[in-house]
Amino acid sequence: MATTTPLVEMHHISKHFGGIQALSDAHLDLYLGEVLGVLGHNGAGKSTLIKILAGAETANEGSIFIDGHEAHISDPNDARRHGIETIYQELALCGNLHAPANVFMGRELHKWGFLRKRAMKDEADKALSRLNIRIPSLDAEVQSMSGGQRQCISIGRAVHFDTKILIMDEPTAALGMEESKKVMDLIVELKRQGLGIIWISHDIHEVYNFTDRITILNGGRNVITAPTRDFTQDQIVSMIISGRPIKTVAAEG
Amino acid sequence: MIKFEWLKTQPLLWIILVAALMMLVLSFASPYFMTLGNMTNLTKQVSIVAILAAGQAIVIISGGIDLSVGSVLALSAVTIGWLIEQGIDPKIATVAGLAMGTFMGWINGMVITRGKIPPFIATLGMLGIARGMALVITKGVSYQVLEPMFLYIGNSKVLGLPIPLYFVVVVFGVVMVMMHMTVFGRHVYAIGGDERVARLEGIPVDRQKVKIYALSGFLAAVAAVVMVGRLAATPPSVAQGTELQAIAAVIIGGISFVGGRGLVITALVGAFIMAMITNGLNILGISSFYQQVLIGIVIIVAVWLDNLKSSAQ
Ligand SMILES: Nc1ncnc2c1ncn2[C@@H]1O[C@H](COP(=O)(O)OP(=O)(O)OP(=O)(O)O)[C@@H](O)[C@H]1O
Ligand SMILES: [Mg+2]
Repeated sequence: MATTTPLVEMHHISKHFGGIQALSDAHLDLYLGEVLGVLGHNGAGKSTLIKILAGAETANEGSIFIDGHEAHISDPNDARRHGIETIYQELALCGNLHAPANVFMGRELHKWGFLRKRAMKDEADKALSRLNIRIPSLDAEVQSMSGGQRQCISIGRAVHFDTKILIMDEPTAALGMEESKKVMDLIVELKRQGLGIIWISHDIHEVYNFTDRITILNGGRNVITAPTRDFTQDQIVSMIISGRPIKTVAAEG
Repeated sequence: MIKFEWLKTQPLLWIILVAALMMLVLSFASPYFMTLGNMTNLTKQVSIVAILAAGQAIVIISGGIDLSVGSVLALSAVTIGWLIEQGIDPKIATVAGLAMGTFMGWINGMVITRGKIPPFIATLGMLGIARGMALVITKGVSYQVLEPMFLYIGNSKVLGLPIPLYFVVVVFGVVMVMMHMTVFGRHVYAIGGDERVARLEGIPVDRQKVKIYALSGFLAAVAAVVMVGRLAATPPSVAQGTELQAIAAVIIGGISFVGGRGLVITALVGAFIMAMITNGLNILGISSFYQQVLIGIVIIVAVWLDNLKSSAQ
């Protein structure tokens, strides 16, 4: 794996919000066709790191490489041009708009500036039915929907476009068992298609079963990056809590 | 109560019903109200506020506010009057007046987006600046405008309807198409709904906001053209306080002050309701002092009803 060029490399990323140092010299790399789990305690800097990749925040220091070429990502449209789609922890939906408007927000289908409402509705319908999402009506305001339904719209949006790199910040947090299963199946499918997926989650079972590698952050610094199954679940949990890497036979070999 | 609950989810029908009820009451209260003469009068009264309300509706749906439209109107009117006074062709003067209004709105947009000044403050500043400039240009005097073009706008009728009414119809037609059928309109609703999300999803929020305020300035200048026609003069003190009437029309119509929600057309009905209050009380011989009190009460009641509506949803 290490012989091919990574899809994404983030080097020496630092970010502070006023006096709060959210990230110090953080690294991340992601390969084609893999699911990378990003783990860490609350406030470890996971969301901040992926927001920098998604163009929602800009790093104070550090550089990003996509397919081996340096990428300057200063706003969400830059990220989209590189095929990066993001499901944010806070979902990023406009509650006053209906599902199709949210799916196509910022890249509306149009003809001479006039919305192609019919086409957007049909495509949104397709995007959502791919996930078997049950929403009351495509014309209903998103605000009137449940947390899980909203999460599904957000996921549907991220996978609908020509995605190469998919970032999922706690995508299954509000989902029921059946919907979670659907998302997992989708991830397996997308992975097979060769996408690189960054997956943030606090659910250790999910992480253990579905990620190929993990990166653990603690207080804005990398603890370890390694193949998931070099460790047991308990060892991963203990590294998240202690913030110190554990030496195992597999990791050394 | 089922019918009432349903009605509350139909904002347009609801506000039209209120307006119709007022018409009914006023026509019973005074036989003069429903006469052709008075109706013509009413549409003329409504035109300025209605045109401003169309622009204000866009701004308020985007989550902002534009307090400067009355002053920008005056500055545009004065620009037209001054240029005509200098012997410039009235058509060119009109284009210059429209450009002046648009430019002032553009400045509002730049101050709000680049300077990160809240719209309330930025446009409050512009309220003073534009009015002051109007006074500086004219040194406080009012120019007479006796050009046939403006007299025609102010006094003629086509198919029995006064010209200003056509301005209103065209303005609302265009603004409604923009807001409900174009990408720009969709972005305005998204920005008003959640600006942070709009940014995250790649909407060029700042660029769209500049357009929004420029458009509001442009519409203020369109209102200025109608105003010059009606007054046949350009007093620099014209249209003081009309921004509040335009905002009131939008709010009475039921467009949410928080942004992101509402139909543009309801602002037109709101403007008519405002005009009917003024006109009706005039006919009934009630002092204009009371009118201000009543309009104040109506605004508060309108927002209160709006709260009831949203809590019912
Ligand atoms: N916009 C912001 N302004 C100020 N501080 C911020 C901002 N965003 C994040 N932070 C701070 O940066 C640190 C990292 O936050 P981040 O959201 O990246 O954590 P996280 O690992 O995603 O946590 P969680 O598991 O709770 O989602 C925290 O201390 C947080 O308070
Ligand atoms: Mg987070």
